Amino acid sequence: MTTGSVPAPRLTPRWFATAALLCCAALAAGEAGAQLQAAGSRPGVLATLWKWTPLVLFGPPREFGGFALNIAVSFLAMAIGTLAGLVLGLGLVSTLAPVRRLSWLVTQFFRNSPWLVLLFFVMLLTPFQLRIAGVAIPLPGWLKATVGLSLPIMANVAEIVRGAVNSIPTGQWESAESLAFSRLQTLWRIILPQCVKRMIPPWMNWYAILTMATPLISIVGVNDAMTLTQDALAAEQRSELLIPMYTLLLFFFFVYCYPIARWTIQLERRYAVRN
Amino acid sequence: MRSGTEGQAVSGSPTWTPDQPIVALHDIHKSFGAVEVLKGVSLDVAKGEVVCIIGPSGSGKSTLLRCVNALVPINRGSIKVEGQEVHDPALDKLALRRKVGMVFQQYNLFPHKTAIDNVMMAPLLVLKRPRAEVEAQARRLMSKVRLEGKEDAYPGELSGGQQQRVAIARSLAMNPDVMLFDEVTAALDPETVKEVLVTIRELAEEGMTCMIVTHEMGFAREIGDHIYFTDGGVIVEHGPPDAFFTQASDPRTRAFLSQIL
Amino acid sequence: MDALWDLLRHVHDAYGVNLVHFYDGFERGRLLRGIWTTVKLAAVCIAFSILIGIVGAWLQTSRQRILKAAVKVYIQFFRNTPPLVQMYFFYFALGPQMPRVVNDFGVPQPMFGSFEWAVLSLSFFAGAFNVEIFRSGVEAVQKATVEAADSLGLSRWQIYRYVVLPLAVRICLPALNNNLVNLAKTTTQAYAIAVPETLFVASQIWSDRINVLEMMVTLLTFYLLLVGVFVWAMTRLERRLRVPGFGQ
Ligand SMILES: Nc1ncnc2c1ncn2[C@@H]1O[C@H](COP(=O)(O)OP(=O)(O)OP(=O)(O)O)[C@@H](O)[C@H]1O
Ligand SMILES: [Mg+2]
Repeated sequence: MTTGSVPAPRLTPRWFATAALLCCAALAAGEAGAQLQAAGSRPGVLATLWKWTPLVLFGPPREFGGFALNIAVSFLAMAIGTLAGLVLGLGLVSTLAPVRRLSWLVTQFFRNSPWLVLLFFVMLLTPFQLRIAGVAIPLPGWLKATVGLSLPIMANVAEIVRGAVNSIPTGQWESAESLAFSRLQTLWRIILPQCVKRMIPPWMNWYAILTMATPLISIVGVNDAMTLTQDALAAEQRSELLIPMYTLLLFFFFVYCYPIARWTIQLERRYAVRN
Repeated sequence: MRSGTEGQAVSGSPTWTPDQPIVALHDIHKSFGAVEVLKGVSLDVAKGEVVCIIGPSGSGKSTLLRCVNALVPINRGSIKVEGQEVHDPALDKLALRRKVGMVFQQYNLFPHKTAIDNVMMAPLLVLKRPRAEVEAQARRLMSKVRLEGKEDAYPGELSGGQQQRVAIARSLAMNPDVMLFDEVTAALDPETVKEVLVTIRELAEEGMTCMIVTHEMGFAREIGDHIYFTDGGVIVEHGPPDAFFTQASDPRTRAFLSQIL
Repeated sequence: MDALWDLLRHVHDAYGVNLVHFYDGFERGRLLRGIWTTVKLAAVCIAFSILIGIVGAWLQTSRQRILKAAVKVYIQFFRNTPPLVQMYFFYFALGPQMPRVVNDFGVPQPMFGSFEWAVLSLSFFAGAFNVEIFRSGVEAVQKATVEAADSLGLSRWQIYRYVVLPLAVRICLPALNNNLVNLAKTTTQAYAIAVPETLFVASQIWSDRINVLEMMVTLLTFYLLLVGVFVWAMTRLERRLRVPGFGQ
């Protein structure tokens, strides 16, 4: 299987053009704001944006936060959600009816609940520390938030697994059975490797959705890029900074998510042609 | 609409009289990209005349018909329908398409509308005629194409031949002066070809001007007043059916006829 | 009804399951108003986002390069940035730039409240997806069918309105469904700009009454019901729009 050969995204000239356009829009908006406020001797909008960029990107000094935290949370939540989703997805295609039904219920529940409600659910209803064999393990807010975000990912990954497994013709199952493979062996060794390619584009799509959901953790009090942007605005108390600062934040996410979206579309096309 | 045609949308240019050709093509050229598909085609169709166009696949027959209806623009030459220039950027395309009806090889009915709604749609939307009147006309047309009782069927519930007859009725509902038929039987089973041809023959007998692209040589010979043979984007040979089918002089025509007959 | 409330009151006293948001008239009223706000918010956003989708897909069929490019930039921007940040941008950044209007009491107030901003931002967010969904439907409509309408003399807008759009909608209804369910769920983030929708009033109730678990269960049940009802309605619509011999 050559599943490792996922091509890198092509950053087309159009991508750069779009990014540049957005940059210009943000700058223009900032400059327009600055002109309106030309009276003061305060630093210009661009200088102020520049001053706060490190904080928004990486969090306060000697602390982990900001946009980097958003990305870290997205990686971790995706990892947890994918592992749990694989297990749940295998439950969805199980031959045991009770397992299948239970998995179906769990999947539907987490797929159809609003992300923010699930986030609150985990934040408010899990303890702030775990006690295992007398050792107290603290559960920081960002970790709980990560788990909260991984729940819908789990359910959607499970659906991807189910869809992919069901798309494999039954002949494959039968031939594996005739070779005396067990069902689990058949799944792991024969069916899933064939599914991987089919699963990658929707899986990446969910990664992008997850990344764009990470600012939700600011609502439950995690120091992510959203929170820090608002902190910066509160510290400056300058209304002409509002549009530029929020635009800058949107821009960070756009620069990160847009290539992923292009790459996903490219992979979709590529695999669609081969199948 | 230009001032010259006001109040007489159906009768075309003010200088046109019915004894002049109703469709007059003069030296038309059409290219798709670098490929020249029509290389100077000229032909005239008189009012009430039935013209059949035959020729090998890819020789530009469909393109020719589509030019007459302004579905594709031409590069050079002149197309006059009732004296009005089609190859004119200021052309009122809607007025032209009211005069020219077209029936396609693949029927192209609107799949989400019942048969009668397909027929009624254009008169209601384009001509803005009263609904009751349009419906009465649509029912007459449905029975004219022998589809009474199928008014409320969806295209997906009709056979190919039935769909094609609905498509004919749909074009007739606009009361066109000229009908264009583009291989309307090519997608049909041999048994259903006849029912469509009968409908077209009746139309021709009523005096409708028709331009028919077809592979049915027997039909062309029987119904056509004039046969045109196209190949490679030009008209190779033409003439009245008897002469054409018996005394074709060009070797390309003879090769084509011997293949197909 | 009162008997039921009394029963719930008793359950609270006897077993400690605090369903005060049902049996207490005040809390119940709050919750119902929150639910009504969610339903309104979802319905208005769905309507607007569909409108945006229809118009956007229409603009993409136009021959004007600049219009097409503008729609493209809009789609890519709203699809690839977080909906929550979009909402903050609308509410906190654009909000203060809007002119103020004088209300009935003669007091100046912002032109749009948080509800209106939530509607705007959520509609634009879901609308970007709807444009793409409708466009894919429009592209799937056979060119020959469009040509037939053209040859009958229908105008460009009539062709879109009476032929292309009805067929496109039937083709893309499943994808549209998905996106609208997602939109209904995303209305919860209006919490962040204090729109008094279900999540917002629920959080007020659980802070006042300390019944987080019971409130959470109620909340999740409500949203599952909301999504369920919506999916059911859309399935019915899908069945009503089904045309014999078209599609599957
Ligand atoms: N829209 C188009 N774009 C590019 N090329 C085209 C287009 N339409 C037709 N052609 C080309 O023009 C040539 C003539 O096509 P046309 O459909 O007119 O042939 P035809 O005589 O009707 O053939 P057939 O008997 O197969 O229907 C063909 O080579 C075709 O590939
Ligand atoms: Mg043809």
